[in-house]
Amino acid sequence: MSTEPQSDAKPARRSGVSAAAIAAAEAADTLRVTYIGETSGVWGPGSGSGDVSGFDGLKGVVELPPQSRPPYGSWFDEAIAEINSEVGAAVSRVFVHRGELTLFTSTTRLSELMRLLRDDAHLRFEVCVSVSGVHYPEQSGSELHVIYELLSITHNRRLRVEVAVPERDPQVPSVTATYPMANYHERETYDMFGIIFDGHPSLTRILMPDDWIGHPLRKDYGLGGVPVRFDGAEVPPPDQRRSYLL
Amino acid sequence: MSTQPPGIWLTSAEHLARWLRKTSIWPLTMGLACCSIEMISYGGPRVDAARWGQEVFRASPRQADLMIVSGRLSQKMAPVVRRLYDQMPEPKWVIALGACASSGGIFNNYALVQGCDHVVPVDIYVPGCPPRPDQLVDAVFKLRQLIATGADGKGAIK
Repeated sequence: MSTEPQSDAKPARRSGVSAAAIAAAEAADTLRVTYIGETSGVWGPGSGSGDVSGFDGLKGVVELPPQSRPPYGSWFDEAIAEINSEVGAAVSRVFVHRGELTLFTSTTRLSELMRLLRDDAHLRFEVCVSVSGVHYPEQSGSELHVIYELLSITHNRRLRVEVAVPERDPQVPSVTATYPMANYHERETYDMFGIIFDGHPSLTRILMPDDWIGHPLRKDYGLGGVPVRFDGAEVPPPDQRRSYLL
Repeated sequence: MSTQPPGIWLTSAEHLARWLRKTSIWPLTMGLACCSIEMISYGGPRVDAARWGQEVFRASPRQADLMIVSGRLSQKMAPVVRRLYDQMPEPKWVIALGACASSGGIFNNYALVQGCDHVVPVDIYVPGCPPRPDQLVDAVFKLRQLIATGADGKGAIK
C-alpha cells in the first residue's frame, strides 16, 4: 500500500510503505535501515513526461539510518556512558554517521537530557546552535522531528539530539530554559512545521505574517506560487510549468 | 504643483520648482535584500550619488522623496513598505530595483509578493539580478527627466 500525498500540488512525488510496515521494521530490528519511501521527480504534477532537462527523472530514497552498535568511536563512547550513568534510559537510539553523533530521545526525557548536556563537566555543550524540524509524512505516529544541534566550546565537540512527535499532537518541551538562544529557532520551527514548544515564553510566528494559516515547510504544503502577468505573456508558478501535455 | 497649466507668469516658478525637486531627491533606505548592496555601492565613492544631490539616504520616511525598493518583498514586509510609503510626504517617487522588486524575480512561492507594485505605485522599474549601480544611475536620471517634465509621483508615468 502506498501512502498518497494529501494535496495534489506537491513539489515531488513520494511513494512509501505502510505505517505498519515501518513500525514493524523498527521494532524488529533497529540495526537495519528503515525504508520510508522514495521521492521521484522535481516538478509538480503538471509536468508529466514533458520535462527535457532530466531533472524530472531524479529519484531519491528516504530512509532512517540504522542504529549504531557500540563501540561508537572517538569521544562518543565516554559521552554516552556519562549520559547513561546520569539520566538512565533517556537516549533511546544512537546514530553515528560520517563522524557525527545523533542521540534520539523522547519528549518526556528531553528537558533533563538537555540540562545534563549543558551542565555536566565532561559534556558541557554550552551552545545550542540551532533547532530545526523535519517532516516525514509516511512515518505515522512520529511525523515531525525536532533536531537540536549542540556545540561544546570547552571540548570542541558537536552533538545532535533528535525528538519525534506525531502530527496530531506535536508538543515538545521547550529548551529555552536551558538554552535561551533557542528562542527564535523554536519560533521558526513552530512557524514552518507547526511543532508546539511547551514552556516557550512567546511562541508566535517569526517568518510568516502573524495571521498566516498553514506551516510552509511541511511536505504537504504546496509551493504557493501565483501566475505572474507580463506584457504579452503570463508565466505560471514553477511547480506548474514545463507541461507539454495538451 | 497642480496639474493645471500654470499660466504665463507662473511658468518660470514651475520650472524652478521642478529643478529644485529633481536636483535634491533624498532616497529612503528600503534595502530589503541583495539589491540593497548595489544601492549601497550606488551611494559609495565609485558611483557617487552625491554628485546629483542624493548623498543623504534618509532613514525616516518623513524626510524622504524617493523610495528605492531594492530586493525581495516578503508577505510579512509588504504592509510595512506600504505604511512607510504612506508616511512619505508628497511629492514622492518609487523605483523598483531589481527583478524581485519588479515582478518577484526568480522566486514565486508562498513567502514573496510578486513585485512591489502590488503594494506601492512604481515609477521606474530596473531589471537585473542585481542590476549594476550604473543601471540605477540610469534609472535615477530617467526619473529626473520625468520630474523635469512634471510627473508628480503616484506612479503617474508608466
